[in-house]
Amino acid sequence: MRILRNRKTLAGLILLAVFVFLAVFGPTLAPYPALEIVGNPWEGPSGAHWFGTTQEGYDVWSQFLNGDRAILIISFLSGIIATVLSVVIGVAAGYFGGLADNFLSMLANIFLVLPALPFLIVINSYLPAGGKSSTALMAAIISLTGWAWGARVLRSQTLSLRKRDFVDAAGIIGERSWRIIAFEVVPNLVPVIASSFLFTTLYAMGTYVALTFVGAVDVNTPWSWGSMLFWAQGDQAAASGAWVWFAAPGVAVALLGTSLALLNFGIDEFINPRLKAAGLTRKGLRAAGLHHRQTLGLTPVLRPSAAPVAAQPAEIIEETV
Amino acid sequence: MYVLARRLAFYAVTAYVAVSVNFFLPHMMPGDPVETMIASSAGQLDQRSVAALKAQFGVGTGQSLWAQYWHYWGQLLQGNLGISISKYPSTVAQTIGSALWWTVILVGTATVISFILGTLIGALVGWRRGSMLDNILPVTTFFQAIPYFFLATVLLYLFAEKSHVFPNSDFKSYDTNNYVIGWNPGFVGSAVGHAVLPALTIVLASIAGWIVGMRNMMVTTMDEDYVLVAQAKGLPKSRVIWYAARNAVLPSISSFANALSFVVAGSLLTELVYSYQGIGSLLLNAVQSEDYPLIQGIFLIITFAVLAANLLADTVYVLLDPRTRQEA
Repeated sequence: MRILRNRKTLAGLILLAVFVFLAVFGPTLAPYPALEIVGNPWEGPSGAHWFGTTQEGYDVWSQFLNGDRAILIISFLSGIIATVLSVVIGVAAGYFGGLADNFLSMLANIFLVLPALPFLIVINSYLPAGGKSSTALMAAIISLTGWAWGARVLRSQTLSLRKRDFVDAAGIIGERSWRIIAFEVVPNLVPVIASSFLFTTLYAMGTYVALTFVGAVDVNTPWSWGSMLFWAQGDQAAASGAWVWFAAPGVAVALLGTSLALLNFGIDEFINPRLKAAGLTRKGLRAAGLHHRQTLGLTPVLRPSAAPVAAQPAEIIEETV
Repeated sequence: MYVLARRLAFYAVTAYVAVSVNFFLPHMMPGDPVETMIASSAGQLDQRSVAALKAQFGVGTGQSLWAQYWHYWGQLLQGNLGISISKYPSTVAQTIGSALWWTVILVGTATVISFILGTLIGALVGWRRGSMLDNILPVTTFFQAIPYFFLATVLLYLFAEKSHVFPNSDFKSYDTNNYVIGWNPGFVGSAVGHAVLPALTIVLASIAGWIVGMRNMMVTTMDEDYVLVAQAKGLPKSRVIWYAARNAVLPSISSFANALSFVVAGSLLTELVYSYQGIGSLLLNAVQSEDYPLIQGIFLIITFAVLAANLLADTVYVLLDPRTRQEA
C-alpha cells in the first residue's frame, strides 16, 4: 500500500489502533464500574486508584477505561451514515445536474451555514428521555448535520468526472445512469470519500463530546469521556486540584481527534501530492551533501548522475511541477 | 452586485428554513412540550404565563397548524420570541439582549484575530515549505483536535487557579461587585481583563484550521506560472509573497462559512467554562432548566448572527476577487 508509506498516515493508524483496543477491552480491564463508590471523595492518584477519585468517590481510571467505547461507536456510526448520505446526494447532484442539482446544492449549503451545535441542542431538547441515551439515534441525529460538507466536495468532483471521456463512452454504449455512477464515477471518488468519511467522523466525535458536555444528551448512559468532562466541570474538578479527572478524558479526545486528522492529512497528500514537502526536505538535502534553497515552483528532485564519480555528489535537477 | 444579491437571497431562504424548523420541531416530537415545562417549573408559572406558553406552542387553541405558523411568524417579526421560563417574568428577547453583546464582541474579536494571525502564519509556513516550519503542522493538528472547552478548562486551571494572573473561580464577564456597566475605566478594564482568557482559548483552538488551509493553498499557488514569472522578473521577494498570498487567501475567506459554525459552537462551550455571561452560558442554563422558548430564541439569534457574518465575508470576497464582479 503506497498510502502506508506516509509517516502521518502510519502514525494516525497506530494511534487509532490504540483507541480501538481501548474501546474493545477497556470496560473489561477497568477495575470498577464507572459509577460506583469505591473510595473517599477527592483522593489523589495512588496504587489503588491510579487516576484518583471523583467528588463522589468514583474511580477515575475506571471511568476513563469505560469512556472510549461509546464515543468510538457513535463517531464511526455517524461518520458512516453521513458519508452514505453525502455520496448519494453529492454524486446525484453532480451527475444529474439541472434542477435536482440546484435543489440538493441549496440543501447542502443551508445545512453548512446553520450553526450545527445549537441546532442539535434544539433537536435534542425535545427528545424523550429514552431517546437521549440511544447510541444509534444520537449517531443519526449528528450525521444529519454532518453530511453537507462531504456532499459539496463530492458534487464538485463528480462535476469534473462527468465530463471525462470514459464516462461519456459508457453513456454512449448505452450503460444506465446508476451503472455509470456505481462503476465509473464512484470508484474514482474513493480517496475523496475516504477523506470526507474521516472528516465527518472527527466532526461527529467533537460534536458528541460537546453535546454531552452541555448536558444535551443523557450524561450517564452511554458512559463516555464526554460524561467525565461534564461531571468534572460540574463538580469543579479544576478548582479542587483533581486535574487528572478532566485532563485524562480531554487529552484522550484530543489524541483520538489527532489520529483521525493525521489519517486525513495522509489521504489529502495522496490526492494532492503537492501538499507534501515535495521532493526533499532541507534536512534530506543536507544529508545528500547538497546546499540548496527551496525555490518557489521548483521542486528539487534527486537523481543518480549518469556517470557515478566518487567525489561528486548526486546531481540536482530542478523541475517545475 | 449580482453575486451578493444571490447570496442575500440564499441567506433569506436559510433564515426561513431555520425559523420553520424552529416552529415545526416541537410539533413533530412525541410528547407535549408545554406539559413538560409546566411540570418542570414546579408550580412557579402563573396562569397567564401558562396561557402564553400554550398560545406560543399552539396547545388547546383549536387553531390549525397553518394558522399557528402564521401567528408564529407575526410574533417573530414583531421581535416577540415568547417568555422565558427559567428567567420568568423576563421575555426571551430581553434575556438574550442582555447576553448577546458580550458574546458578539468576544467571539467577533477572537475570530478576527485568529483569522488574521492564522493566515499570516500559514502563508509563512507555506512559503518556507520543506523547512523546519513544516513541523508546526502536527502541533496545530493536535490543537485543532482539542475540544475548546477542554482547552478552556486547562487555561483556567493554569492561569486563574494556579497562578493568579487572571481573575479566578467565579469568572464572569466583569467584576460585578465593584463596577457597573458603562464607559468608565474601571468597568472597561475589568471587562477586558475577563475577556483575555476566553479570547485566548478561542484563538488557540481555531487558529490551526486557518494555518493549515492557508499553508495548503499557498503551496499550491506557489506552483502557478504567474508566481514563477514574478520571481523570474526579479521582483522583490516580499512582492512575490504578496502576489501568491493574495490569491491563496481567497479559499480561506470562502470557507469562512464552514469554519464559523465550528467557532460558534466552540465559543458557546468556552463561555460555559468561564461562566462568561454570554449566549453560551445562557444556552446551557436553558437546556438544564428545559426552557424551550429560550432555547429556540437562542438558536434563532445565533443563526441570524452567523448569516450576517457570512454576508460580511461574502462582501469582502467580492471586493477582493475581481472575477466575482465580472460575472455581472
